[in-house]
Amino acid sequence: MHWIEGIVQGVLLGGLYAQYALGMALMFGVMKIVNVTHGDLVILLALIGISFADFAGIGPWSVLVTLVPIGAAIGWLLQRAILNRVVGDDPLPSLIATFGLSIALQNAMLVVWSADTRSLPGGGIQQASVEIGPLFVGVLPVIVLVCATLLTGGLDAVLRFTRYGRSLRAASADVEAAAMVGVNPKAVYATATAIAVGILGFAATFQAMRSTVAPADGPFMLIYAFEAVIIGGLGSVWGAFTGAMILGISQAIGFRISPGFGILAGHLVFLAVLAIRPQGIFQRKS
Amino acid sequence: MSLLSTHGLLAGYGDMRALHGIDFAVDPGETVALIGANGAGKSTLLRAIMGLLPVAAEMVQFDGKPVGGTAPHRMVQSGVAIVPEGRRLFSGMTVEENLRVASEHAAAPHNTPWTQERVYDLFPILREKARTPVENLSGGQQQMVSIGRGLLAQPRVLLCDEISLGLAPRVVREIYAALPQVTAQGTALVLVEQDVGLAKQASQRLYCLLEGRVTLEGQSSDISRDDISAAYFGASHALD
Repeated sequence: MHWIEGIVQGVLLGGLYAQYALGMALMFGVMKIVNVTHGDLVILLALIGISFADFAGIGPWSVLVTLVPIGAAIGWLLQRAILNRVVGDDPLPSLIATFGLSIALQNAMLVVWSADTRSLPGGGIQQASVEIGPLFVGVLPVIVLVCATLLTGGLDAVLRFTRYGRSLRAASADVEAAAMVGVNPKAVYATATAIAVGILGFAATFQAMRSTVAPADGPFMLIYAFEAVIIGGLGSVWGAFTGAMILGISQAIGFRISPGFGILAGHLVFLAVLAIRPQGIFQRKS
Repeated sequence: MSLLSTHGLLAGYGDMRALHGIDFAVDPGETVALIGANGAGKSTLLRAIMGLLPVAAEMVQFDGKPVGGTAPHRMVQSGVAIVPEGRRLFSGMTVEENLRVASEHAAAPHNTPWTQERVYDLFPILREKARTPVENLSGGQQQMVSIGRGLLAQPRVLLCDEISLGLAPRVVREIYAALPQVTAQGTALVLVEQDVGLAKQASQRLYCLLEGRVTLEGQSSDISRDDISAAYFGASHALD
């Protein structure tokens, strides 16, 4: 019973990690951009959401609806202003550029919001739970998991079946060849980053509701997102989703073994996957 | 007036200049071959026209307008398409998806539009392989997809970079047999070709390039093999 509960908790935690990881799957897996600000953008959006809820007196769902377009706008701007200049076969320039931006962003957030931890009031939904057989399952984590599943399915469908998705896959396969058949790679990339950071609007809202956020928290989320994408295999959004689940379950089971061991358990599973199957679980061997 | 022309075109890679003033022109419905040794600048010329290398605007004219240095995707939308060297297909995507990306970003058709069906009629094997990922095709089939992709951009000029390279002679014949159907509707063809005999046979006019300069230009049927070998290897330069 103990273990089943751990797995259920892990799957629910994985739902949140999947929301971190989807944007990373799109940027790192598809565009080969290493965006070190990924986690900081979650925190930035969460802090904007918390302040906005305070100021306008709105509930968490209205915050969510506001943060997604704000995230998309930030993503579009980030790609247009910075990342389009460093994108290419070599991931190092994007890593260096966003590493600097990450530090600047964390310090800027300290100035505006101070180092205090904050959270988003959820109107009681954080405490609500339902009884399924012998298990008590939180309502909020279930909502998070459902959102993550829908976002993954939606993003996968966009990549597979839409004109935009085909042009993004073409650009990620061979950017110059894509331009030679009429695709404007910079516009395609700007939209992709807008989608990636827009999805972080969900992650930010839920992170701020279920826990607390502070300006220096971003790097943790960055690591979880990276680990989920690598466990799943580059370039596959369902792979990233599965990677997030594996990470969530590993951490939850680790916490059961010893409260100090949870996060480390996740890292160990990540390292084990990297050692045994470095191309990730979903990636074909090429 | 020519459909596409270059005027004293200078281009290169970084500090290294590869083209030293190329004058080149192609008319609607015409097939022009570009021959020359490796490193003569044939591919560079196509890349410069396509906007893949920085060149001055007035050095390339299309439809009477200066277009030098225009971004490749805009060149496609104004009616210039390329079948790039090495085929450059989108791996991980099917034949059909590769073709769709092109038709979804095509120029406004100038004549009877190319459709996926017409491409399949031109190369029937592609209809059978429509749902196959392109990396599982043979070299010849990949080249057919690449040409189909170029045609679905609805070009008025199609630049073909070494489409016979590395293919079996039978496949080369099959591909070259399809080209008259392209020019029949007014599309101009520029063929970069290693095989001089094939280039002469398939084109109305040809240009020979040597070290970034045009060393020979004329009607393909009038040019003798001796003229070509002199222009190709630069024998006349050595004698001067």
